[in-house]
Amino acid sequence: MLAKEAMTMTQEKPILRVENISKTLGGKEILNSVSLSLNKGELKVLIGPSGAGKSTLLQCINFLLPPDSGRVWLDGVEIQNRRKRDLYAFRQQVGMIFQDFNLFDHLNALDNVSIALRKVKKMRRPEARDRAMAELERVGLGDKIDLYPAELSGGQKQRVSIARALAMDPKIMLLDEPTSALDPELIGEVLSVIHDLAHGGMTMLLATHQIAFTRSLANEVIFLENGIILEQGTPAELLSPNACTRSRDFCSRLDDLYKEKA
Amino acid sequence: METTFFTTQLIPALNRGLVMSIKLIIPSGMFGLVLGIVIGTLRTFGPSAIRKAANGYAAVFRGTPLLVQLFILYFGLPNLGIYLDAYAASVTGFILCSSAYHSEYIRGGLLSIKKGQLLAAESMGFSTFKTMFHIIVPQAIRKALPGCSNEIIYLIKYSSLAYIITCIELTGEGKIIATRTFRYTEVFLFLGFYYLVLVTMASFMLQKIEQKYKIPGFGKA
Ligand SMILES: Nc1ncnc2c1ncn2[C@@H]1O[C@H](COP(=O)(O)OP(=O)(O)O)[C@@H](O)[C@H]1O
Ligand SMILES: [Mg+2]
Repeated sequence: MLAKEAMTMTQEKPILRVENISKTLGGKEILNSVSLSLNKGELKVLIGPSGAGKSTLLQCINFLLPPDSGRVWLDGVEIQNRRKRDLYAFRQQVGMIFQDFNLFDHLNALDNVSIALRKVKKMRRPEARDRAMAELERVGLGDKIDLYPAELSGGQKQRVSIARALAMDPKIMLLDEPTSALDPELIGEVLSVIHDLAHGGMTMLLATHQIAFTRSLANEVIFLENGIILEQGTPAELLSPNACTRSRDFCSRLDDLYKEKA
Repeated sequence: METTFFTTQLIPALNRGLVMSIKLIIPSGMFGLVLGIVIGTLRTFGPSAIRKAANGYAAVFRGTPLLVQLFILYFGLPNLGIYLDAYAASVTGFILCSSAYHSEYIRGGLLSIKKGQLLAAESMGFSTFKTMFHIIVPQAIRKALPGCSNEIIYLIKYSSLAYIITCIELTGEGKIIATRTFRYTEVFLFLGFYYLVLVTMASFMLQKIEQKYKIPGFGKA
């Protein structure tokens, strides 16, 4: 009986909960009391126009940008970001992917993936190497381990950065427009890695403009504009052709834009 | 008679001076660089009070003649009860002065590193110190290396100031022989040649270091 209760409790308890995050930058309110939560294995997609505050929100969640107010829980435990040790431990469990990759320029692919294992997780060099190798193979880059960031294509760089995040065994991942800096023909290889992660049960909060991908994979779409969550719902609710929503409006404008470009 | 001057007087004296010069240059170069890296990092990323102090440090040691600094260390400090011998005063002066210059090159390197490198490291749980130590500073040093090499080459030459506070190194030995024998031309030509060899060897080694730490994809392939 008790066990069963515990079961249902853990099932309902979100793995990440973010409440009332606000952030002002340069005198301008960028985020206005944003709240959201993710259950284990969910993929939620953050959409919204450029400048809406998507990057700011993702960076506030792991305190790369300390929010002015708001609270964050991981697995039911509130993060006390003033306690450095707790903050660093929390960040190890939250993988972050950036629009412009941010691979460490002075390290080859293998060391990019293994350095945090060695220096943060204190893993010994051979173990870290094996783990990094496995992650790079998982993203299809087992033959590129010796190359430096400047020697990799954009798509390869982003896949290394995903391997780097995965090596830390994160409980959730925050992805900030992982394909926006890529040439169109390279987007697919990165999306397919994210697709595999979603199928593997990784919990992810993904900012993206990839609408088709969102339609097919997202559990929920969160539409952010001017630092406020305007709409939130399943892709079917928000993005179906006859939905009368800001999200759908925004997405069809995006579609038009891409058609024009093509 | 001509050659005996060189073989029995000049060359042994200059060799003796060379040994002393190397004893001055190596620790000054190494610790100067290390201190410069620390000062440069504090000047760029330190908390405001420390940053100001480090900037002040650089301003003082770049803004006053090295010779004055050496005089203060050797002749001034005894007034405060601190006695440094000529060698210790020289090495201390060289370390302090060259670190101020190194800090400027390091600062330039640090400023050229994109914020994303910092964010990426911190997002994986690197502490601020570890981010600096493992990610940011190693990249900055690579970018600063040509400038720092330049400073080390300078150091080799300004190490000659040590003889003025009685630490008799290469230039000191040369000057003593020249004054004693009045053979200024030969002595100083030889002396210049010794420095040229020193600097050439140092340049060669520094170039090797630069190549070793070169990042593929930066600069000419
Ligand atoms: N350091 C900053 N100072 C002032 N304004 C900023 C700063 N960083 C971002 N902003 C502003 O915050 C808003 C949201 O930015 P961002 O979170 O990057 O949006 P998005 O990722 O949705 O495109 C933008 O209007 C941007 O100009
Ligand atoms: Mg953004």
